[in-house]
Order: sequence, then C-alpha cells, then structure tokens
Amino acid sequence: MSTATPPTPAAPAPGKKVNRINLEVATYRGGKTTLCAGCGHNAISERIVEAYFEMGVDPARVIKLSGIGCSSKSPAYFLGSSHGFNSVHGRMPAVATGAVLANKHLLPIGVSGDGDTGAIGAGQFVHLMRRNIPIIYIVENNGCYGLTKGQLSPTADLGSKLKNGVVNDLPPMDLCALAILLGATFVARSFSGDKKQLSALLKAAIAHRGTVLLDVISPCVTFNDHEGSTKSYAYVKEHDDPVSEISFVPYFEDISVEYEPGTVQTVTMPDGSTIYLKKLDEAHDPHSKIAALTLLQESTQKGEFATGLLYIDPNRPSFTDLLNTVDTPLSMLGQERTRPPKAALDEIMERLR
Amino acid sequence: MSSESAVQDQPAAPPGAEVVNDFSIQVATVNGSGSQTANLVLIRSLFQMGIPVSGKNLFPSNIAGLPTWYTIRASKHGYVGRKKEIDLLVAMNPETAHEDVKALDPGAAVVYDEPLKLNAVRDDLVFYPVPFDELVKPVCPDAKLRRLVRNMIYDGVLSKLLGIEMAEMEAALGRQLGKKAKAVVLNQTALKAGYDYADQHLPKRDPFRVERMDRTKGKILIEANAAIAIGAMMAGVTVVTWYPITPSSTVVETLIEYLKKYRMDTETGKATFAVVQAEDELASVGMALGAGWAGARSMTSTSGPGISLMGEFVGLGYYTEVPTVIVDVQRVGPSTGLPTRTAQGDILSTAVLSHGDTKHIMLIPSSAEECYAFTMKAFDLAERFQTPVFVMTDLDLGMNTWMSDTFQYPDKPLDRGKRLDAPTLAKLKDWGRYLDVDGDGIPWRTVPGDGMPSYFNRGSGHNAKGQYSERAEDYSTNVDRLARKFETARSFVPVEDVYVEPGAEIALVAYGSSHASVEEARDQVRNAAGIRTSYMRLKSYPFTKAVEQFIDRHQRVYVIEQNRDAQMLSLLKLDLEPGQIGKLRSVLYYAGLPIDARTISDEVLAQESETKKG
Repeated sequence: MSTATPPTPAAPAPGKKVNRINLEVATYRGGKTTLCAGCGHNAISERIVEAYFEMGVDPARVIKLSGIGCSSKSPAYFLGSSHGFNSVHGRMPAVATGAVLANKHLLPIGVSGDGDTGAIGAGQFVHLMRRNIPIIYIVENNGCYGLTKGQLSPTADLGSKLKNGVVNDLPPMDLCALAILLGATFVARSFSGDKKQLSALLKAAIAHRGTVLLDVISPCVTFNDHEGSTKSYAYVKEHDDPVSEISFVPYFEDISVEYEPGTVQTVTMPDGSTIYLKKLDEAHDPHSKIAALTLLQESTQKGEFATGLLYIDPNRPSFTDLLNTVDTPLSMLGQERTRPPKAALDEIMERLR
Repeated sequence: MSSESAVQDQPAAPPGAEVVNDFSIQVATVNGSGSQTANLVLIRSLFQMGIPVSGKNLFPSNIAGLPTWYTIRASKHGYVGRKKEIDLLVAMNPETAHEDVKALDPGAAVVYDEPLKLNAVRDDLVFYPVPFDELVKPVCPDAKLRRLVRNMIYDGVLSKLLGIEMAEMEAALGRQLGKKAKAVVLNQTALKAGYDYADQHLPKRDPFRVERMDRTKGKILIEANAAIAIGAMMAGVTVVTWYPITPSSTVVETLIEYLKKYRMDTETGKATFAVVQAEDELASVGMALGAGWAGARSMTSTSGPGISLMGEFVGLGYYTEVPTVIVDVQRVGPSTGLPTRTAQGDILSTAVLSHGDTKHIMLIPSSAEECYAFTMKAFDLAERFQTPVFVMTDLDLGMNTWMSDTFQYPDKPLDRGKRLDAPTLAKLKDWGRYLDVDGDGIPWRTVPGDGMPSYFNRGSGHNAKGQYSERAEDYSTNVDRLARKFETARSFVPVEDVYVEPGAEIALVAYGSSHASVEEARDQVRNAAGIRTSYMRLKSYPFTKAVEQFIDRHQRVYVIEQNRDAQMLSLLKLDLEPGQIGKLRSVLYYAGLPIDARTISDEVLAQESETKKG
C-alpha cells in the first residue's frame, strides 16, 4: 500500500532520474504481475508506466479502472500510488463515468479486454464512446478469453478452431471502427510488441481530453499464439501495417522537429502538445472518419492490421465539459454549496400548499 | 335537452341521512383525454375547503386510449388510504361505463355522459345524466379543444351536487393552469356551464355533500416521488444517474427541476450537480457507485426490473463498501408484471440483493414526509456505513396525491462518515482500507484526489489493506466485519413507530404505504368487534430492538403486506426466536390497487374468529 504522492517537488535521491514533477519512475510502477510470462499485457503495463512517468502525470489525479479478465487484472501492475477500481465484468465504463462525474479533474485510464469490451460490456462500451467521456480506454486484444481458458471472444478469427472442436463461424468485431462511428475522439490501434509506436500513442492519449480508444493487439501466449492465429506474435509482426509513423512532443518539451515539406502531418493538442505523423506508403488523414473507416476495412480485407493513429478530433468537448459544473469537483463540495437554504424549502412548500 | 323524466324516476335520498365529508368519488375516463387538470382541481378545491383528501390515479401502461380511473377520497376522519367502496362515480368512458356502474354498491350516485344511458343498467343508484357534448359546444368554439375542456364540466356539476364552493374551484383552477390566461377563461366557462346545468336540471337525490372544515391548514398536497426529490436535493446530492421506468421516473424528473432552480452556483451560474440518463440500470447503478467511490453523494432511482438488473453491481458496492442511495419505487412484478400498479414485492429480494452473503440497509417510508426525511437519512447512512442504501417506496406513495405536513428543514449537518484526513491518519498510524480500528465494523476510507493514501477497490477477495487475497482467514475476517457493520446499523436506522394498547392481545405490523389503511382498519376492528389492537410500523431493515419487545407483548401479531409471499414476515423470522415466530400471521393483499382498510379489518377479524373457534 503506497501513499499517493502530491506533486510537490521533493529533493530526488542523488543519481536517480526524476521527471518534471520530481518523481522517480518507481512511483509509477505497480505490483508484480501474475499474468503468464510473455503475455502481451505485461508489455503494455510497462509502456503505461513509462508514458505516465515521462509525461510527468500526477499519480494522485489518476484513477485506474477495469472490468474482469486477464487484461482487467493489469491495473494492479502499474501506477501503484493511484486509486484503482476493479469493477464487474464489462462494466468499467459506468464506474469510470460516475467517477469523472464526481471529480472532473481526475485522469482515468481503463484497461479492458476483447471479451470484457466486445461481448459482455458492448452496451457500456458503446455509450462511453458516444459520450466522449474523458478516459484512456485500452483494449488488450488477444482474440480469446484467457482467464477462463481460451474460449472464443468477439475478436476471434473467423474459422478459428478450439481444442474441443468448436469452430468460430462469426467474423471478428472491429473495435476501432465501432469507436469511430460511436463518437470516440482519439482512436488508435497498436501492437504490444511495438514499443515506439505504443509509447507515442500513450503520451498523445494523455494529452487528449475526451475518449481515447486504444486497441492494442496483445498476443495470448497460452491460448492464442499458435500458427494460423492472426493474434499471434509472428502474425502480427508480419502484418503490422502502420498508417504513419507517429511521434509526440509534449508542450513542456522545447523540441523542434525538422521534416521535409509534405511528408509530415501535425496535430496540435489543446494543451499545446504536438503529434507528428510521418507519411509512409500513402497519406492518411486522421481527421476524417470516412478515411479511417475505409482504411480499416481495406486492411482487414488484406489480412493486415492498420496500426497507429487512425482518427482524432482534439477539439470536441468531452462529456464533463458539456455538464457545465462548478470548477470544484462535485465530490469536494461542502454542505454550504450543496444544501439549499431554508428559504428554498419554504418556497417549495408554499407552492405545494 | 336532458331527460328530466329519467332523473325524476330516481329514488330521492331519505331526509336526514346526509353523508358529510366522508365519501369517495371515482372519475372514469380514457387515458390521454386530459382529465388530470379536472381531477386535480377537484381534489384541490376539497383540500382548500379544509377537508382531508387523498387522490389515487389508477392508470394503464399506455399513453392514450385505454381506460383510467382517478379516485378522490374526502374523509372528515382523516383517513387517506384507498376506500374500497365508490360512493360517487363520474362515468366518462363509454368502454368501461357499464362495468363501472355494475360494480357500485346500492345507493351510490352516478354522473354520466347522457348518451351512455346508464340509468337503464340498474335501478338502485342515483343517476345524474349530463349532456357533455351539448354543453361543451357553446363553451369551446374550437372543436379540437373540446375533448379537454368537457372534463371541467363534471367539476362544475360536482360543485353544485356536493356543495363544493365555486370560488375554491376557480382558485384551484387558477393554481393548476397558472399563467395560461386563455386556458383559465375557457375552463372557468366550462366549470360554470356544468354548475348551471346541475342547478337547473339535476335535483339533489344522493346523500353526499361537503362542508367546510379546518383539517388541512398548513398542509401541502404532494406526490411522494417529489418528496424524495426534495429530500435528495436537501441532502446535497451531487451525482444523479437513472434510467426511465414507471413509477420512478418522476423522482429524477422532479429532482432535475428543483436542482436547476436551487442548485446553480450563484457566482458562476454553474451546476453543483450532474444528472445523467444512463443507457440502462446496469449503467445507472455503476455510475452511482463510481461517483460514490470518488466521493460524491450519488443516487439512482428505479423500480423492480431495474433492481433486478442492479443486483451484481449492488453486491460489488456492498463488498467493496461504496456508498450510494438507490430509490426503489416498487410496482407489481415479477417480470414486467403490472407496471402501473402498486406492490411491496421487492422487500425480500432487495434485502439480500446480489449473489453471496449480502444484507442491505433499507429505509421504508410510509408518507410523503418520511419519503423526504428518509431520503436525506439514506445519504447519511450510505456514507456512514459505506454501502448502498435503499429507499423502499412504491407506486401508491410515489405517484398518488397525498396530504402532508410541511417538511422540516434539517437541523443536523450532513454526516459524511469516516473520511480519512491527515490528523486521523497521523492518529491511526496504520491505515488499511478495510481495517476495523473502531470496533464498529466501519473502516476509514479515502477518495481519489483527496491527497490521502490510495487503495485498489476490488470485487475480488481482499484483506484489511485492500490487497488481493484468496486466504480463507482474510475472507472470513472481512465478511464477519461486514456482518458486524450491519449490526451497528441497527442503532442508526429510524426506530419503529410503536402504539401499544394496554391489555391488547393482538397487534398489527405494517410498513410503507399500507400505513394509512392500517390506521383506519384498527378503527374498523374496534368499532365492529370491540377489539383494540396494538400497532407497530416498521421503518427500516435491519430492524431495531423495539421489534422483539413489541412481539413479546402480544399473543398474535398480524403482519400486513402488499405482496403474495409474506416477504417482510420472512425477514422478521430471521431475527426472531421460535416462540416469537409462532405468533406471526399474515394479512396479504396483492391485486395491484393500494391496500384498503376493509380488506385488512375483514381478514384480521376472520382469522381472529378462526382462532376463537380453534
């Protein structure tokens, strides 16, 4: 049990690297993982630790949320000094929504899986995206149910076969396409093994205000890493098709990036940070929903994973912005601001006489 | 114009048999025909004359077209439960008129739409035919509005027949329609047309009439869902999440109106609250719990089907100890059941809602005032006990019109429970989220963003520090503490109301909306059979120690409930000794209408007579 550290600069131990709020990377680590060795989810947890450390995020403002499943265990393995909430299966969106209603200054990161999101939690996923709740929603997507031993999930490959002979007759869900249609304002796909891309996406996600859907292909070494699986390490490495090369420069870093005219698109975030998207084979416009959806359809047809930043709208107000609540978190309001005076009750009574 | 002869054939009321301020009026109309204004004007004008009243709307699950009945009871004795017998019927719905008339007791009066020719159905009633269509034409030249305005004519007719002062009717109409000047004039004209018609064509032949009294001074008329809304606002609710469902929707709809009026920050004009209509009840309770965990005073409101959906999340709230308030405006189940009828059918399932060992605090109001006060109390208890707390009301309380004393402004500050702060942390030295340092089963909690130590809120097994644990001892220690916490709640919940009749052998036990009819039934039992009864009104679960003491003092204890399976009696059994359990009997009513006094007194007397025989 660690204590949430206030972002007051304290003298760092000599020789230890600290971030811009004088915290060491250890503060951003969590408990020891209990997932399988080689599980893609562990790599994602490491990227989260790095990204929050490097961005200098105050852990006391972060809340970690999850549903149920292997993926949903992982919030215990990063940001040990932040509050966490491991909810019920598929229902992390509601808890996250309630938490930001209570305190709009919190910075939620939710971790879910393809079953937790696409099956039991599909309803809540849909409405979280639609509301544009300010949250980083990570789907650790391995195409199977790990914790219950390998059953088919909604992102399992069409035609994949289980040991007991059950064959998947249904096509997989594309969570990114769904999120774009529903109203998420930052939609990206990545691969747990792509350190550079995932780190840049996570940092950009931290700078975003609104719903970030990060669909990270994260192979299950125990149940879905075999030949023929499109969620195996080997397959994803072979078929990872980045839409652009992403790099992220936070507002607090004074770095100028040089590039050839016409080769790089920039996206300026509301906090002044910049996302640089370097053109690869073909140019992709990340502000266009239609372009993103077309791209996703085409790459799926080719049996490839279009990764990187697929769609972004950095300026659409988030759900908590629309609620027009007082600046103080609702959770911190005292009685003097939440209990109307006697005159109010008297007036109500008078009208009912 | 009218069939005078039909009227003159009727038997006249025998002189001296007047029934003053003690009758019920039932208005039978078609849903969506705009009779609500006329009915509210009627009840309000009686109320303004100082006569105790209650109004019950029996409506279908439908927006327009199906039959609906509105019953107004005037009672000089102050009885506000449903009266089984209808004394005066206003038959406006051709579809149900014959059935409605057949159901009346001899001697009842019927105001009816003349073309229905109801006087042909029976000869032991007093009939008052009124040609509504003919009367409404000159009053309302706009044919489209006539359907709405013609209802006001029966108010005018009743004003004359019953002696309801016209000035009070006009005042009530003004209040109901507010600033809509054109509508006021139109309806006033209709009112007058009805009055004049009755004056000229309908000689008085029934015994019912009103007389001014002084029994409503200082009182209000309210639907108790509004009382819950007011209670929530005064409790400082900040996060409200909900999903529409009859009969609970008006809790939040009314709350939204009040919050917009009284909870906008005066300096910034910004809201000190958030209200979110969720995608379903799974989400609404999940949001309420997320908000409660993050430190807000949160609530949701629903009815039985929503409670069923919330089950899993409520177990999480219980086990991880997250405060929130859940209002259950009960309706008839199971399944969709009778969604617009009343019941007390969720008592047992809510007390232990969710899988595993769970027990929940429930507050059970019996009146509008208690709906207000108990809702406020529920927020304090939720934070004090760090758990979901239920307010168990029902459709009868929530959507019907009740006379009430005005609500008292709270004299105590909000109880935010054990929230850890720096001085407490220093004193405790060793803090664990689920560590029982005070011996009452209630640990200290922190919320995200408060600068206090963090913890991981998890529905899986955990130890006193909130860490994941599958150890047998950690599990049992934790759930035993939860049981201890529930025991502590016994001395925090509202104490039962107890009226002990000296020497009484039998006692009645009831709760919720049954209360009004139980009071009347006690008088009926005393007047009819000379039996004096004690009475205990339950207000919460868990019960307090008063319950056992009360049962010990009596020989036979009748538990009155509006469900089939004696749900509260089952909960009582869990707390009682075999000897005490042997005293319990059931009076059950579950037909969807609010329970009436006669049903209770008849059943109690029947069982008593069996006892005497046996």
